[in-house]
Amino acid sequence: MSAAWLAVDRLSLTEGSTRIIDDVSLQLDAQRTVVLGPNGAGKSTLLRLIHGLLHPTGGSLRWPQALTQAMVFQRPVMLRTTALANVIYGLKLKGYPAAECERRARAALAHVDLEALAKRPARLLSGGEQQRVALARAWALEPELLILDEPTASLDPASSREVERIIKAIAASGARILMTTHNLGQARRIGEEIVFIDRGRIVEQTPVEQFFTQPQTEAAQRFLKEEIP
Amino acid sequence: MHEFNEPLVTAWQLVAGADARLADIVLLSLRVSLTATLIACVAGMPIGALLAVGRFPGRRTLIVLFNGLMGLPPVVVGLLIYLLLSRAGPLGQFGLLFSPSAMVIAQAVLVTPIVAALTRQVIADEWTEYREQLRSLGASRSRAAATLLWDGRFSLLTSALAGFGRAIAEVGAVMIVGGNIDGVTRVMTTTIALETSKGDLPLALALGFILIAVVLALNAVAYALRGWAERHWG
Repeated sequence: MSAAWLAVDRLSLTEGSTRIIDDVSLQLDAQRTVVLGPNGAGKSTLLRLIHGLLHPTGGSLRWPQALTQAMVFQRPVMLRTTALANVIYGLKLKGYPAAECERRARAALAHVDLEALAKRPARLLSGGEQQRVALARAWALEPELLILDEPTASLDPASSREVERIIKAIAASGARILMTTHNLGQARRIGEEIVFIDRGRIVEQTPVEQFFTQPQTEAAQRFLKEEIP
Repeated sequence: MHEFNEPLVTAWQLVAGADARLADIVLLSLRVSLTATLIACVAGMPIGALLAVGRFPGRRTLIVLFNGLMGLPPVVVGLLIYLLLSRAGPLGQFGLLFSPSAMVIAQAVLVTPIVAALTRQVIADEWTEYREQLRSLGASRSRAAATLLWDGRFSLLTSALAGFGRAIAEVGAVMIVGGNIDGVTRVMTTTIALETSKGDLPLALALGFILIAVVLALNAVAYALRGWAERHWG
């Protein structure tokens, strides 16, 4: 995947006098991109702009080829029904026939190791299990681009590892991954390329190994030093 | 204490003896108010949900309007429905005035804004939590409204109950459009008003106790149902 699948051109999002995203231009061509940056850098906002949940106040996104997308949030949002029905809900919205929805949803739950809990009320599952249902709901849609906003931020280490395994499996099935995380180990394990942003601006965009061994900017060096004491 | 003991005894005698006249009055009250509440829910809940998630001109004005209409005086509603349904009125040809149907209409008009405004509050809270996820999955606003109505079904029980409480307790509207006709449109509240003015306090108070018991029982059932739902669905 060498040609860029998304070109971000002078993207801005201003709220009042605050520039949350400030004139961002970048080409995304890696299959797995991790956006890093300090709190409040605009990581989540950038993801939401790309996913279309927010509209930029300036600039544009150019998609050489329209990609089907799905997004997984930091806190999984579960409807008051079973885990299975939560996965089916996403498929139903895409207009699949009922039998196909059920078949796909069951397969997706199997992929995240939750078949046994398919009929359980989703909201009564543990945080890690709920996030896996959210991943199944996204995976069942077979997105060409999966966006994840700090998917393991509120999970314990064991659940985080499981979520990481699933993200890698989704990537292996061919989806592009664009995610944010506060876990640098995770960024290193999942990412191919790091986009480092600070105060709404792109600071650097580097292949993952290079970012962790020889960050090119002082801001990134400082960030790595602070995050890994 | 005498004036409270006697009606308690009367109430007990009426209930235990399954007094036919009393049963008719209580059943008519329940029939009218439950039907009115049902209509108000069918109309008011979608309105409330759309006010919560919709985006259209005049939305804020409508929210203020529905909130304001929660305090609609029953006698005024009764008067307006009376004018609509009276022989010379626009809906006079249906001959509904002084019938239980007229009472249902009046109470439905009274209760719909209450159900709509309370539903809007419930759904608006859900919308803040679900909004991004539902939009990410590609749900239209009307689809989101329907999803949230279903998802909030147990919380909405409280909205419906508040509406029912208003309907069963009001006297002004049913008095005007029903006419308080013995055996036809006489309900608990209108009977209480009438018997009090006639000086038959024991019967009036007995009915009052039954009215309170009905409302308490329904609230208890709803409370238990919500508790169960929370344990079962989270």
